[in-house]
Amino acid sequence: MSSENGKRLLETDAGGLNFEATELTLGLPGEPRVTSDGGAKLGSKRGFSETVDLKLGDNNQEVKLGHSLQEAAKSPVSKTQVVGWPPVRGFARRGKKSCKYVKVAVDGAPYLRKVDLEIYNSYQQLLTSLEDMFSCFTIRNYLNEKKIDQVNGIEYMPTYEDKDGDWMLVGDVPWQLMKSSEAVGLGLKTAPKYSSTN
Amino acid sequence: MNYFPDEVVEHVFDFITSHKDRNSVSLVCKSWYKIERYSRQRVFIGNCYSITPQRLIARFPGLKSLTLKGKPHFADFNLVPHDWGGFVDPWIKALAKSRIGLEELRLKRMVVSDDSLELLSKSFPNFKSLVLVSCEGFTTDGVAAIAANCRFLRELDLQENEVEDHRGHWLSCFPESCTSLVSLNFACLKGEINLASLERLVARSPNLKSLRLNRMVPLDTLQKLLMRAPQLVDLGIGSYVDDPSSEVFSKLKAVIQLCNSIRSLSGFLEVAPCCMSAIYPICENLTFLNLSYAPGLQGNDLTKLVQHCRKLQRLWILDCIGDKGLGVVASTCKELQELRVFPSDPFDAGNAAVTEEGLVLISAGCPKLNSLLYFCHQMTNAALITVAKNCTNFIRFRLCILDPVKADPVTNQPLDEGFGAIVRSNKSLKRLSLSGLLTDQVFLYIGMYAKKLEMLSIAFAGDSNKGMLYVLNGCKKLRKLEIRDCPFGDVALLEDMGKYETMRSLWMSSCEVTLGACKILAKKMPSLNVEIINESEQLEFSLDDRLLVDKMYLYRTLVGHRKDKPEYVLLL
Repeated sequence: MSSENGKRLLETDAGGLNFEATELTLGLPGEPRVTSDGGAKLGSKRGFSETVDLKLGDNNQEVKLGHSLQEAAKSPVSKTQVVGWPPVRGFARRGKKSCKYVKVAVDGAPYLRKVDLEIYNSYQQLLTSLEDMFSCFTIRNYLNEKKIDQVNGIEYMPTYEDKDGDWMLVGDVPWQLMKSSEAVGLGLKTAPKYSSTN
Repeated sequence: MNYFPDEVVEHVFDFITSHKDRNSVSLVCKSWYKIERYSRQRVFIGNCYSITPQRLIARFPGLKSLTLKGKPHFADFNLVPHDWGGFVDPWIKALAKSRIGLEELRLKRMVVSDDSLELLSKSFPNFKSLVLVSCEGFTTDGVAAIAANCRFLRELDLQENEVEDHRGHWLSCFPESCTSLVSLNFACLKGEINLASLERLVARSPNLKSLRLNRMVPLDTLQKLLMRAPQLVDLGIGSYVDDPSSEVFSKLKAVIQLCNSIRSLSGFLEVAPCCMSAIYPICENLTFLNLSYAPGLQGNDLTKLVQHCRKLQRLWILDCIGDKGLGVVASTCKELQELRVFPSDPFDAGNAAVTEEGLVLISAGCPKLNSLLYFCHQMTNAALITVAKNCTNFIRFRLCILDPVKADPVTNQPLDEGFGAIVRSNKSLKRLSLSGLLTDQVFLYIGMYAKKLEMLSIAFAGDSNKGMLYVLNGCKKLRKLEIRDCPFGDVALLEDMGKYETMRSLWMSSCEVTLGACKILAKKMPSLNVEIINESEQLEFSLDDRLLVDKMYLYRTLVGHRKDKPEYVLLL
């Protein structure tokens, strides 16, 4: 949607029509139009910053952002990306670490959370982090150390849903494999065997 | 030579294999033209719109191998709209109707449909090799047709294509009788494949030398495949994730030791750094290593790996290797000829992974370096001058500073002198890409010194028409010129219109060329197609000649306007 690129003219028409007045521009309502100095603009070198910065309300017709226009309009900070730069094919695929976001649900909790498994290097780190997130609950360590919640005496088992939709106990599969292919969603289910004792 | 019978001359021509040489030979005299055309088996067409399939078939009845290129290079960076062109369908239809016994088809930046692939697979009984690079428009159904119908298929090589994955069973479509595969590359496919079929296919392909897997092939399958194919020369690993203490991983380590023919390693589309040590035994013999698609390998992982690769000739890597890591490359890889350093985070200048320092280290340590693609956050004139002193064998030099108008951070000067030094000392330079703050001066140097230059890519550079004129006047061998966002206009475009007949193509986008000038050029030069790409919302083009043109692509052609242009392209 680059309607702003409609017309870029070298100079005003000899017939006296002022093209600038009829040009479409980007502008917030109420912003004054800045008359462009057609001739001088041509001679001047096009700067990268002109191409990047979205000068809303400016008659700078050289702004050519193409589809990234939409994004730029939302956040007119000059870190806007220019179409086709850097000139690397498929850069979106290179080097980008895959984010493995999974939903975490806890029995009895009113809302779910999302964690990126990629940032953890071991089960222990993940469970510690989950404990922080759901600090009102105590999570049973996957190595089978007993941890009873002091407040309500209920213990939680970390479980996950695998590709086939089955609920599995966390810890059987090596961490790396878990991260890459196993986990679809994590859950913390009330351990059926350990009901409140006190 | 004309005293010899035709067969003798033809036999001599058999030894002439390069396209350029065969083209020259055909121009000597009518007799040679005739002998050459009947004996020509391989044809390369750099622009599919420069000729028609009918004329190709008429001239070269013995054609066996065809290479076609479609869209302009800047299409790789989303500068060419969808549906611009480059359709292979008319070519395959025409070839299918003819008596040409096509055996090999190589396409780059073309639009390929499933129907085309199916027609291809059924029309040429001796078809052996399909190579698709940066193509789009097809699905795994088309790939399945190739697998099913090409009985003597040797090569199926899919590189960086946009393929709609129907998660079908294309791999299972290779019949049990197909045992001829030499090269199979499906790394760019996104979907799951039938792992058991893959194992069986590899098991019955004794000639398999090159295998590049996609991300959906896990490590345990890799281990089984390598057991079946220890003779592999080129391996592309798909998923490389496992627990290093597992039994599967131990098996993999063992089988890798047996794969001592592997010279080329790539992929790692998913990787656990702790598993990389299993690769070390084959690093000794590697000549090509491509880790540019491997996510999550840190600088030290990369450095540790590279330290084992003494015989490396080509290295493609991400910039997280860092300047220090490049230093390790420089001291280890003395045979290095080609280096490509890709950006891992193109938009985050805060993490300056490689700078001019890394490049200088490489230039000092690798005397055979002749090809460079280097994405970095900054460059200095001093560094480029040093590189030019150290390396005089560059054939390809492509430097991309991520902020494209960045000056030398030390002196605040443009990078004219640095690039000038590069072109002055590298007399064999054929391809050059510029970036950084640059004035007309750099083009003066290029026109003066880059006498063998064939392809030049320019962005956000220059001050005036003089810049472009220096290049057009000085670079006698120029074939492809692509320019974006530079202040070059009508004066430069129209100064020497005949020049464009000596070139394959010219691309200019976001420059200062007017519609009027393009019209003049198109009128004076009927042998050129001048295309204007206008993506604005207007339904019809303004007839105002003063309109500045968004994107212009012109190319020489023998067959006039193409019939398949989309609505937004204006052919003058």
